[in-house]
Amino acid sequence: MVYTEQLIEQLRERARTVRVRIIEMIFTAKSGHPGGSLSATDIMAALYFHVMKHKPDDPKWEDRDRFVLSKGHAAPALYACLAEAGYFPVEELKTFRKLGSMLQGHPDMRKTPGVEASTGSEGQGLSMGVGMALAAKLDRKLTTTYVLLGDGECDCGQIWEAAMSASFFKLDNLVAIVDRNKLQLDGPTEQIMSIEPLIDKWKAFGWHALEIDGHDFKEILGAFENASQTKGRSTVIIAHTLKGKGVSFMEGAVAFHGKAPNKEQHAQAMKELGVGADGK
Amino acid sequence: MASSRWKMVSQRDAYAETLVALGAERKDVVVLSADLSSSVRTSVFADHFPERHFNIGIAEQNMMGIAAGLAASGKTVFASTFAIFGTGRVYDQVRQSIAYPRMKVNIVVTHAGITVGGDGATHQMIEDIALMRGLPNMTVIVPVDAYETKKAIRAAVSYDGPTYIRLGRSEVPLVTQENDPFEIGKAATMVDGKDVTLVGTGIMVAKCIEASDELRKHGVEARVINMSTIKPLDVKTLVKAARETGGVVTAEEHSVSVGMGSAVALALGENVHVPMRRVGIEDTFGESGESEELMEKYGLTVESIVDAAHDVLRRKGR
Ligand SMILES: Cc1ncc(C[n+]2csc(CCOP(=O)(O)OP(=O)(O)O)c2C)c(N)n1
Repeated sequence: MVYTEQLIEQLRERARTVRVRIIEMIFTAKSGHPGGSLSATDIMAALYFHVMKHKPDDPKWEDRDRFVLSKGHAAPALYACLAEAGYFPVEELKTFRKLGSMLQGHPDMRKTPGVEASTGSEGQGLSMGVGMALAAKLDRKLTTTYVLLGDGECDCGQIWEAAMSASFFKLDNLVAIVDRNKLQLDGPTEQIMSIEPLIDKWKAFGWHALEIDGHDFKEILGAFENASQTKGRSTVIIAHTLKGKGVSFMEGAVAFHGKAPNKEQHAQAMKELGVGADGK
Repeated sequence: MASSRWKMVSQRDAYAETLVALGAERKDVVVLSADLSSSVRTSVFADHFPERHFNIGIAEQNMMGIAAGLAASGKTVFASTFAIFGTGRVYDQVRQSIAYPRMKVNIVVTHAGITVGGDGATHQMIEDIALMRGLPNMTVIVPVDAYETKKAIRAAVSYDGPTYIRLGRSEVPLVTQENDPFEIGKAATMVDGKDVTLVGTGIMVAKCIEASDELRKHGVEARVINMSTIKPLDVKTLVKAARETGGVVTAEEHSVSVGMGSAVALALGENVHVPMRRVGIEDTFGESGESEELMEKYGLTVESIVDAAHDVLRRKGR
């Protein structure tokens, strides 16, 4: 598949806006998880602004594709995508983590239009995705369920229980993406709890497994295309990413897993993302 | 968190300090973390004794099983994570591998309760006391402050059996003295009084003390008890206080239907009949917000305790 430069440029611009919103939200809330939100931004932008069939003005549309943010702490990326897509006004983003907000610290499917699953406790989203994919098969719907996993999250046993069941049920309408940013909360995955050889593990569990650069839109779109053509088994896309991508001092920095930028850092981040301190 | 009268001190740091001291004193102490060592401060122990700290990754169930295996081989084990991941997520592992065979595993959790704040309901554990106190062989301790945290950790090490020790995220009021005695299963009377008893646990003890000051202004002498061991419950002290004061109010940062207050109600119900009220979080999940705002919204305030005390006093008169 050939993707036009125009499409790629549009997605890049969407992703840039999403990154700006992420930084704004976490700065305003004075807490949240920037690192894992920024690493997942390009993948989620590709899904929300090109790949998935969905209707922001009809969030419960039956034939929509589903997106489950299993690594729920990346909620800022999800909320920014949903707001940009039109599920709710961008203004709402200012209320992130505040008392009474529809935008909880971790995704709440009962509070936020467009959120498909309540997540935040790591390791549970892929199972929910298996359930959604099974329901689609039962209902003979041609929808696809996408589940975004953290690489640290792959430590969780439940991920592998879900992986086993997805291939047992031959769920070719289920796509998992691992945000392989190589960091978890306490440090590098390979020093805290090694998950390598990761692709071999997924293959051993019966999955169709791909490896891509998770910041290259052509590769991202190509992988989703490839997944959609795969029959009889689920696809996992191991997306190599950079934690904190787009903000130099957050890139590869364990410290920015779950820490808000201070005033100077916020200004610096905005500058790097090509905006003035007013967020425009 | 509280009014400026209290010195605020981190329980997490007190835990880390005690672990490091214990690590030097005893070679059998082994510490486990689950990708939250920096948050729960077991990273400090890891810095001092890297060979006796194991980070299991985001795999709490595996951590509890490993803890049981280490304990079965003679180690004194500490397993630490957030309250939410150290109880509900691992309940069966704790039940089958730790509590049932009475393994010497100390589950020390931080970030308990609603004061977790912005992370929201998924991270605000308000049912853990219920889960842990329901387990045979389990000892459940909610140290009231940093001093008591240190003493509880040391007491747990000398205790032959599993313990669950519940700490908060934020700094908490220092309400005890360094030399105050601490014994598992013994409640401490913080303020003397004859008109009503306020039984607090965790951060609500400071609120109970403030409530007793407030009540004194209305001529009410409230007794304040720090119920830091939830199991085994100090029924003797409770029954004595209920008899002497004729009314009881409990206060906890936990679901009110299944926590310390319900344990107290059960104990009193079988021993002495006095009016009672329980202050705590009603049967609901939490949400994102600032700690203080959440305490206010969910009724974990001095006013709630004072109101409950007045209600109990009214019913006493009948
Ligand atoms: C079961 C569980 N244990 C612990 C945590 C606390 N926690 C939040 S994020 C995180 C690290 C996540 O690492 P990863 O999945 O790689 O996410 P990323 O690095 O992409 O942000 C941890 C341990 C949690 N949310 N859930």
